[in-house]
Amino acid sequence: MREKRTRRKIDAAEKNEMLWGYAFVAPTIIGLIILNFYPVINTIWQSLCKTGDFGRGNTFVGIKNYQAVLTAGETWHSLWNTIKYALIEVPFGVAIALVLAVFLTKKLKGTSAFRTIFFLPMVCAPAAVAMVWKWLYNQQFGLLNNIFHTNIAWISDPKIAWISIAIIGVWSIIGYNMVLFISGLQEIPGDYYEAAEIDGASGIRQFFNITVPLLSPTTFFIVQTRVIGALTVFDLMFMVMDTTNVALQNVQSIVYLFYTYAFTNGNKGYGAALVMVLVVFIMLVTRIMQTAEKKLVYHA
Amino acid sequence: MKAQYGKDRAAKVAMYVVLIIMAFIMLVPFVWMILTALKTNQEAISVDPFYIFPQSGWHWENFVTVWESYNFVILYKNTLLMIFFRVLCACLTATMAGYAFGRLKFPGKNFLFSLVLIQMMIPSQIFIIPQYLMVNKLGWLGTTAGLVFPGAVTAFGTYLLKTGYEGLPKDLEEAAAVDGCNIGRRFLSIMMPLTRSSMISLGIFTALFAFKDLMWPMIICTDPKTTTLAAGLQKMQGQYGSDYPAMMAAAVLAIVPMVIIYLIFQKQFVEGIATSGGKL
Repeated sequence: MREKRTRRKIDAAEKNEMLWGYAFVAPTIIGLIILNFYPVINTIWQSLCKTGDFGRGNTFVGIKNYQAVLTAGETWHSLWNTIKYALIEVPFGVAIALVLAVFLTKKLKGTSAFRTIFFLPMVCAPAAVAMVWKWLYNQQFGLLNNIFHTNIAWISDPKIAWISIAIIGVWSIIGYNMVLFISGLQEIPGDYYEAAEIDGASGIRQFFNITVPLLSPTTFFIVQTRVIGALTVFDLMFMVMDTTNVALQNVQSIVYLFYTYAFTNGNKGYGAALVMVLVVFIMLVTRIMQTAEKKLVYHA
Repeated sequence: MKAQYGKDRAAKVAMYVVLIIMAFIMLVPFVWMILTALKTNQEAISVDPFYIFPQSGWHWENFVTVWESYNFVILYKNTLLMIFFRVLCACLTATMAGYAFGRLKFPGKNFLFSLVLIQMMIPSQIFIIPQYLMVNKLGWLGTTAGLVFPGAVTAFGTYLLKTGYEGLPKDLEEAAAVDGCNIGRRFLSIMMPLTRSSMISLGIFTALFAFKDLMWPMIICTDPKTTTLAAGLQKMQGQYGSDYPAMMAAAVLAIVPMVIIYLIFQKQFVEGIATSGGKL
């Protein structure tokens, strides 16, 4: 009996802490349920429905939307476009950023000015960035064709338009990756380099034998976030490619396609099925990357 | 020794060359945007001869024209309100939840925090259709409330602040508890001020994300009077796409405020992104 009473006394303090705890997490948890968890279930439900016209309710159609999505050549084409975009944006965006980050941690003069410049695209709205690049790429009047005396249809030739878009992506993301690399580099103890210096290792050898392995957790983090970012690319393509552009089929990403169906055409059911395909694909890629992490990342 | 010195010098020069070339590539689009914005349309589309600089003087009036015809005052106001409320909501809810998850004990904590982690792993595109339908039902289409809606709470921010609170020393709070401070007071007057840097990171991150977002404002604000800078640019491009100086002037106006803020608070921006490392 007495034991129970002492426990109850502790309970009062615990209860107090518990109440504060629930009160403090309540806004976030309720918000997440309304804004994120309910929408997941709702999207799954929508993907099984045909969207009613003009406010009429949805009718359940089973897997019909999925059948339509998965048999449409467009879906696979845009998925492939997205992968191609990622295959340029991620490796180049990461490699260039890494080189710049290494240079900028070498105690050269003017590094902060360079860092400011490289990071600048990160604070610009992609909509504005895309407009500027569209103008640079303009076939008749654009800067690129005029400077190089070429006549390349940068964004309307289906063969190269996707590369042109990916170049904008690389240009936009270098600064972000670089900043993450710099903070990763600053955590590598200087002694490693001093020891290597005494042993007479060249800068390039130091880079591959010290920097690359010790930086690999940072690199992996950047690659992972960028892969997911690249697979959900939308703004650049949407702003640069007009709907009349002949190369659109070869450039539009899966999120672009989702936007077109769900919001331009108002077919929410089909759009929901498309977005489910995207989510499953991203989950799959994430899973593969996590397996790869164990093999590739050096854990000191 | 001398050979080593020469080699270092050569390496230094090579690094500078790479950095300068890259800086040039990064800056050209910005410079060309500004130069085009100051030309007449004839000059902008002149190919032979090809002009780098405006020929008939610097046409600053392009900015005035764009400012008036696209109603930039409204675009700035809408964007600013959206950013303000998103930052306010995100910081407020995340700091409370972060404190609870980081420092308090209560049953179900791990489960509730796993909800936060799960949300961070789900691609946000899956939320958009139902969020749109909810905003529509609430009658918030074309309003600031609608623009703020998806960013009212933040799983990422909660995670970030939780890490911040966990990193604080334990004895501070214990001393206050002995003095009889209740949890609410301890949180407000001792713990919260100490996570200032995490809060700044989250604020910058939230503001940048909101500023750059294109799809959400495009979906819920179809009227140019209610939309944000990013979505407004998209509308302008559709309407006046071949008036290149006007387009570039609009793009300059859209990015200038954030660029200025960035140049002033550079250190906070760079550190904020580096420490938060969130997905933009």
